[in-house]
Amino acid sequence: MANVGYSKKVMEHFMNPRNVGVIENPDGYGKVGNPVCGDVMEIFIKIKDEKITDIKFRTFGCGSAIATSSMVTELAKGKHVDEAVRITRGDVANELDGLPPQKMHCSNLAADALHEAIKDYKNRKQKK
Amino acid sequence: MARIYLDHAAALPVDYRVFEFAKPYLTTLHGNPSSLHSVGVEAKQAVEESRQKIAKFIHAENESTIIFTGSATEANNLAVKGTALRNITSGKTVVASAIEHMSVLNPMKELQKNGFSFTTIPVDSTGIVDLNKLEDMLTKTTTLTSVMYANNEIGTVEPIREISNIVREKGMYLHVDAVAAAGRIPIDVQKDGIDLLTLSSNDLYGPQGAGALYVKPGVRLQSVLLGGGQERGLRSGTENVFAIAGMGEAARIVQEEITQESSRLIPIRDTLINEILKIEQSYLTGHPTQRLPHHASFRFSSIEGESILLNMDMYDIQVSTGSACSSKTLEPSHVLLAIGLKHEEAHGSMVLTLGRSTTMDNVEPVSKATYETVQRLRKLSPLDQEWRK
Repeated sequence: MANVGYSKKVMEHFMNPRNVGVIENPDGYGKVGNPVCGDVMEIFIKIKDEKITDIKFRTFGCGSAIATSSMVTELAKGKHVDEAVRITRGDVANELDGLPPQKMHCSNLAADALHEAIKDYKNRKQKK
Repeated sequence: MARIYLDHAAALPVDYRVFEFAKPYLTTLHGNPSSLHSVGVEAKQAVEESRQKIAKFIHAENESTIIFTGSATEANNLAVKGTALRNITSGKTVVASAIEHMSVLNPMKELQKNGFSFTTIPVDSTGIVDLNKLEDMLTKTTTLTSVMYANNEIGTVEPIREISNIVREKGMYLHVDAVAAAGRIPIDVQKDGIDLLTLSSNDLYGPQGAGALYVKPGVRLQSVLLGGGQERGLRSGTENVFAIAGMGEAARIVQEEITQESSRLIPIRDTLINEILKIEQSYLTGHPTQRLPHHASFRFSSIEGESILLNMDMYDIQVSTGSACSSKTLEPSHVLLAIGLKHEEAHGSMVLTLGRSTTMDNVEPVSKATYETVQRLRKLSPLDQEWRK
């Protein structure tokens, strides 16, 4: 079976990604990447009392792009936004038992998408 | 579910008849062809017998036109650098089609760094070399023109005879990388007008570790690997007798079965193409008819090729992709860009290469798995909505 240097956990998240989809009227939305480069991720968050109560993603990209997106939604769900914003690319890779070296940069944008979504939430809040 | 291996362009199983034939050269007939004693002579005979089989396989003038190497990459390097450096007094210009293998393009880029002029010949959207451009580009100082017989990623077969007529009239030597084509379609170096031709053992169902370069009598070439002077001084290094003996036998068998095997594979290929193109927003890459008998290649919008490969592998179906994410350079395939695809289009490619193990019964599960894979990945993709609008 598949083995391109991906951990079992990466393959498991690739095959059964968590929190896939769209949230209508999200409290925060983040999108990173570029179809030209081969990776686009978007994250939708719903916030109550500064906690991430719901989170969904959609990703265009390789196996690790999908797995990291799935993992970051799991890590962020239920967390306070100030805690969630501290989730790093490294945390995501570690939770997946590592990523192949060439995938560490290009396909590990999921934490960035989460940060963008939280930034968007804070901007919206300020405007209110 | 039984494994369905559709990545025959990447690696082939060694034909068991070939393995049985060559096995003694790993064990009992272990001599070095350069040794003068009887054990060495036996090994030498095996190499020479293989040389004759390879010469016959491509209809070469005689067996001394065949130089064995350790791989097709090495043969391509020898062809490019060996002719360019040896014929420097005639000119310092080399050209190659934009869809050549990296083992042709990279040696040419290296020559360019060392003062040679290097340009690529464009191809059309089906991958066929632009013959008018080729004619305009070539001069008598163009010592080497390299165009592959057929492309490994999109399956397109080039009009080699028309190309060789142009090169003979306007340029100097024509090198043809025949790794993807050999054993799939008949090759005749004399009728085709080829000066140098690259072959790979494994692509003929022979062992890995051997390649060959055909060098037409009179073509001037220098070695790029110096040492003990094996292979007429053009490729030093002790011969891999097992792989070379196997390569010759593999070529002999493939040649015997080529007509039967290609007429068996073509209907399977065509059914597969018809079934897969039923998927929304799916496209054939390469030429619709001027195509290798075992080759079916596609692209799908809104999804990425490495994900396709991994998802297909979950069905135990092995495929290939030209996606950036699956390559070491993280660049999408230069072949897909050369046929005019945008980066985002080139990311979503899938290549199926059929072989002896492929049957018509494979078509249904492969089409079904492809359909399900594309559906699943599109459901995950933020780009998917864009083409639905």
